[in-house]
Amino acid sequence: MSNNLVAFMYLISALLFIFALRGLSHPESSRKGNIFGIIGMIIAIITTLMFKSVLSYAEIGAAILVGGVIGTTIALRIEMTALPQLVAAFHSLVGLAAVFVAAAAFYDPASFDIGVIGSINESSLIEMSIGTFIGAITFSGSVLAFGKLQGTISGKPIVYRFQHTINAIIFLFIVFLIIIFVLDQSPSIFWSIVIISIILGILVVIPIGGADMPVVVSMLNSYSGWAACGIGFTLSNNLLIITGALVGASGAILSYIMSKGMNRSIINVVLGGFGGEKDISSSQNSEDKIIKKGNAEDAAYILKNADSVIIVPGYGMAVAQAQHALKEMSDILKKEGIIVRYAIHPVAGRMPGHMNVLLAEANVPYEEVLELEEINPDFPMTEVSFVIGANDVTNPAAKTDETSPIYGMPILDVEKSQTVLFIKRSMATGYSGVENELFYRDNTTMLFGDAKKMCENIVKSLN
Amino acid sequence: MEAHSPEIFVVGLTVFFLACIIGYYVVWSVTPALHSPLMGVTNAISSVIIVGAILAAGPYGFETSKIFGLVAVVLASVNIFGGFIVTYRMLSMFKKKNKNKKDS
Repeated sequence: MSNNLVAFMYLISALLFIFALRGLSHPESSRKGNIFGIIGMIIAIITTLMFKSVLSYAEIGAAILVGGVIGTTIALRIEMTALPQLVAAFHSLVGLAAVFVAAAAFYDPASFDIGVIGSINESSLIEMSIGTFIGAITFSGSVLAFGKLQGTISGKPIVYRFQHTINAIIFLFIVFLIIIFVLDQSPSIFWSIVIISIILGILVVIPIGGADMPVVVSMLNSYSGWAACGIGFTLSNNLLIITGALVGASGAILSYIMSKGMNRSIINVVLGGFGGEKDISSSQNSEDKIIKKGNAEDAAYILKNADSVIIVPGYGMAVAQAQHALKEMSDILKKEGIIVRYAIHPVAGRMPGHMNVLLAEANVPYEEVLELEEINPDFPMTEVSFVIGANDVTNPAAKTDETSPIYGMPILDVEKSQTVLFIKRSMATGYSGVENELFYRDNTTMLFGDAKKMCENIVKSLN
Repeated sequence: MEAHSPEIFVVGLTVFFLACIIGYYVVWSVTPALHSPLMGVTNAISSVIIVGAILAAGPYGFETSKIFGLVAVVLASVNIFGGFIVTYRMLSMFKKKNKNKKDS
């Protein structure tokens, strides 16, 4: 294949990737988009296999087969509730692959036309080490995020003194190592960059707690793109640069949307240490307040007599896997002629769009699932808000209490509806550690228990 | 493929910035309901890094760089297959529901 033909095929596959993302603007066009993405990937791989220097088809074929079988098995078996972990795990693989490709380019620069061992072009060395650095951070950061999401590592933010100073020093040290690496091109410096970047990746994610995970997952998504970009620059490969930039931009925008959903700057989330210790401050004055407890029959009675219900799902629904029971409940209500809709807060769950996927899994039509801006004006006209496993995203303190850590965060205005039903396991505060005053209001009924069991019991009572 | 020169770097940089701008507009047009599939698909396409891995794994013999290349091919393949399939699974749940079938 001539260079021009290669460049042309790569261009086609880059365009197909852009269409793949474009398709996601609507659920109906999204599946076609996914197919564009697959075709783009196939074109990219076949084009690369046509290179004169690519000879060992057996080994490459075997490697693709092994990876393909592993990837397919995991993707087919994974529970939809475990998606955030899966995505984090996949990000770590992109990061690690970037490190290995950079290492390969370093050990055999001639294959990539970037010089010979010991005298690789300086610009290539810089690009290579940046790709390695971002790749290694993506790898270890994602592994840690995976652990936190999976529950193997505590989801609590771990904070210690001089955290940010230490990270900054490590970062400067890596910059220093990169300079040395460009000057003397020694393998030991290369691997030092890898190892110290891995350590930095862990330190960057360690202070970030559970509910901030949507931001972290998006950020790592972004990093995996920039890592691909770095490799693209090293290999002077436009396809890698374009794709990396698309993915990087995508992750960056998602991080922005997520942190805006919490009214915090990305920097603030990255620096971490939110929540965790604050729950002592507000819990004292709550003992004398009265809460109204209810059971499934009460809830069924309230729901049955409403004209319109808005369901507000949160991470608790995902944990309890309550989406199917919830759908069953809303089907009965709809049969009674009650309007049922779902309100999704941008940061509900552990990854962007988490709730939407779970509801879609339970066959909830996407027309019934609305975003914060779309549904908020409707709460005053709604009789019952049914909050299942969400807390902070409904807390009116975000609007009224300037001292609250969640002040300024956009919330779902459930307090404006006539009645609020809260399914919660206990009176514990949400992730932010802030007491939710809604629990003590006259028109609030608390339903204590497992979200799934509660929905099933409500279904029983409704029948 | 190409010789490495400052001009090539500038070309790469041009491509990079233009791609960032395209990415910016395309991603903002993605409906928030599909943000999870967006992560799935970006995850899959970022594994286009397999292109570099294949080049590294290309030559005969078993040099260090080839081993690295093959490992990277395996890792990227896990992601390509896993990413596209999991995205497919998510998207197929967003199919327009047939009301009669669903309410049964």
